[in-house]
Amino acid sequence: MQDPPSAAELVRAVATFLREEALPALDGRNAYLARVSANTLEIVARELDAAPAADAAERARLLALLGETADGEARLEQLNAELCRRIEAGEIGAETPGLLAHLWTTTLASVAVDQSGYSGYRRALEEARPGEGPAGEA
Amino acid sequence: MVDIEALAGIVRGFAPSCRGIEGLRRLTGGASQETWSFDALRGDGSKLGLILRRMPGGMDDSAGPDSRKISLADEAMLLGLAWRAGIPVPPVLAVLPPAGSLGAGYLMSRVEGETIPRRFLREPRFAAARAGLARQCGEILARLQAIPPAELPPLRLAPAAVELELYVERHRSYGWPKPVFELAIRWLRERAPAGDIAPVLVHGDFRSGNLMIDEQGVAAVLDWELAHLGDPMEDLGWICVNSWRFGEDAHPVGGFGSREDLFAGYEAAGGAPVDPERVRYWQVLGTLKWGVMCASMLEVFRSGADRSVERVAIARRSSEAAIDLLRLMAGRD
Repeated sequence: MQDPPSAAELVRAVATFLREEALPALDGRNAYLARVSANTLEIVARELDAAPAADAAERARLLALLGETADGEARLEQLNAELCRRIEAGEIGAETPGLLAHLWTTTLASVAVDQSGYSGYRRALEEARPGEGPAGEA
Repeated sequence: MVDIEALAGIVRGFAPSCRGIEGLRRLTGGASQETWSFDALRGDGSKLGLILRRMPGGMDDSAGPDSRKISLADEAMLLGLAWRAGIPVPPVLAVLPPAGSLGAGYLMSRVEGETIPRRFLREPRFAAARAGLARQCGEILARLQAIPPAELPPLRLAPAAVELELYVERHRSYGWPKPVFELAIRWLRERAPAGDIAPVLVHGDFRSGNLMIDEQGVAAVLDWELAHLGDPMEDLGWICVNSWRFGEDAHPVGGFGSREDLFAGYEAAGGAPVDPERVRYWQVLGTLKWGVMCASMLEVFRSGADRSVERVAIARRSSEAAIDLLRLMAGRD
C-alpha cells in the first residue's frame, strides 16, 4: 500500500492545475484539449473513488444472476461476457427477474463516473427504474 | 502539406484572376479525410473563401478501410445533386484531377455559419432560426429522398437489418462485453422493419453538429461521408438521438425542435407519410450505433492513428448510449 496522498488526490491536483491555471493561459485547440484533459482526469479520480465498491457490488449481482453455473473465481469481464452470451442466446432477457435492475444500477454507476452531467443520466435519476418495486429497492 | 502552386492552378480553373493563396489552415476533425480552409486572392484584391476536402496526405481516393464511407468523388457528386435538389450545401467548385499532387478530393465554397451545437442551441441571436429548424430539417430530408436513385453514384444498400448487423459486427470485433448493448441488439432484431421498404438516399449523419446554422436557419448540410441507400425513416430517427440534443432535452429533434414540426415539414415537402414507430426504431438503433462509434474511438487510439486525449476520452461516452438505450427500451424518450 502506498502512503498518502492517494492516487485520486494526486490526479485531482493535476486536474485543478489544468483547469484553473493552464487553461486560462491557452487558447484555441490547446485550450480545448486542456479542458478535455481536466475532464478526463476527473473521470479517473471518480473511478478511483467508486470502482472498488461498485465492482464488488456488480460482481455479486452478476453471480446471483448467472446462478450456480457461474465461476466464482472469474474476473468481472468474464462474468459480463457470460451474461452477454446468455442474453444473445435468449436464455436471459428483460423478463428475467433482476436483469433490468442490475443493468440500470451498473449503467447509472458507470455514467456517474464518465459523465455525471449527461442529460439522459440526470433524467434517469428522476425516474422510477424498471425492475424495481415502488419503494425503489434495488 | 498542401502543394500551394497546384492548389492555385485548380482555383484558376473557376476563378481565373486568382493570384495567390493565403490563410491556409487545417480545420479540426475528420480523421479519414483532411479539411483545409483558405482564401484565394483575386485580381481586384477581394478574397474568395474556400474549403479543400481531400484524402489524408494527398492519397488516392481508393476505398479506405472503413466500408461505411463513400469516396470523396462520390461525396462531391452527392453535394452537386443535393444543390440541384434545393438542399443548402456548399457549392462544389472543382474536383481534383486524378494522380495530381494534391491527391483525391474537391474544392467548395466556404459557407459561413455556426456548427457548434452548444452555441446555436443557446445563443439568443439564433432564437428565430431555432424555431424553424425542425420543420426545415424535415423539408430537407424530403427533398433529399426525392433525388431519383438512378442519378446517384453507387452506394451501399443498408435497410435496418443490414445496418444493425454492420454495427453488431463492429461491436463484437472490439471484444468488449456490454450486456446493455446485447439486450438492445435483441430488442432491435426482434423489431426490425420488413425488408420491402423502397430504399432512398440517406444522409447517414444528419444531426446537430453536422448542420451549419446561421440566423435564418440551416445554411449548409455537411459531412456526407456516411451516405447510403436505406429506409426513409432513418435520418428522421437519427436526429432524435439524445446525444444530438446536447443537453437541450426538452427539444427531442437535435436539441432545437419537436417531432411534430420535423414530420410536418417532411410531409409538406413531399415526403411519404411518416411512420413514427419506425422513426423510433431508428432512434434506438441510432443510439446503439453511437455507442459503438464511441467505442471505435478507442480502436483508433490504440492503433496509433490518433493518440489524442480527445479521441480516447470519447470512448468513455459509450456509457451515455447505454443509459439512453435502457431508457428507450423502457418506453421513455
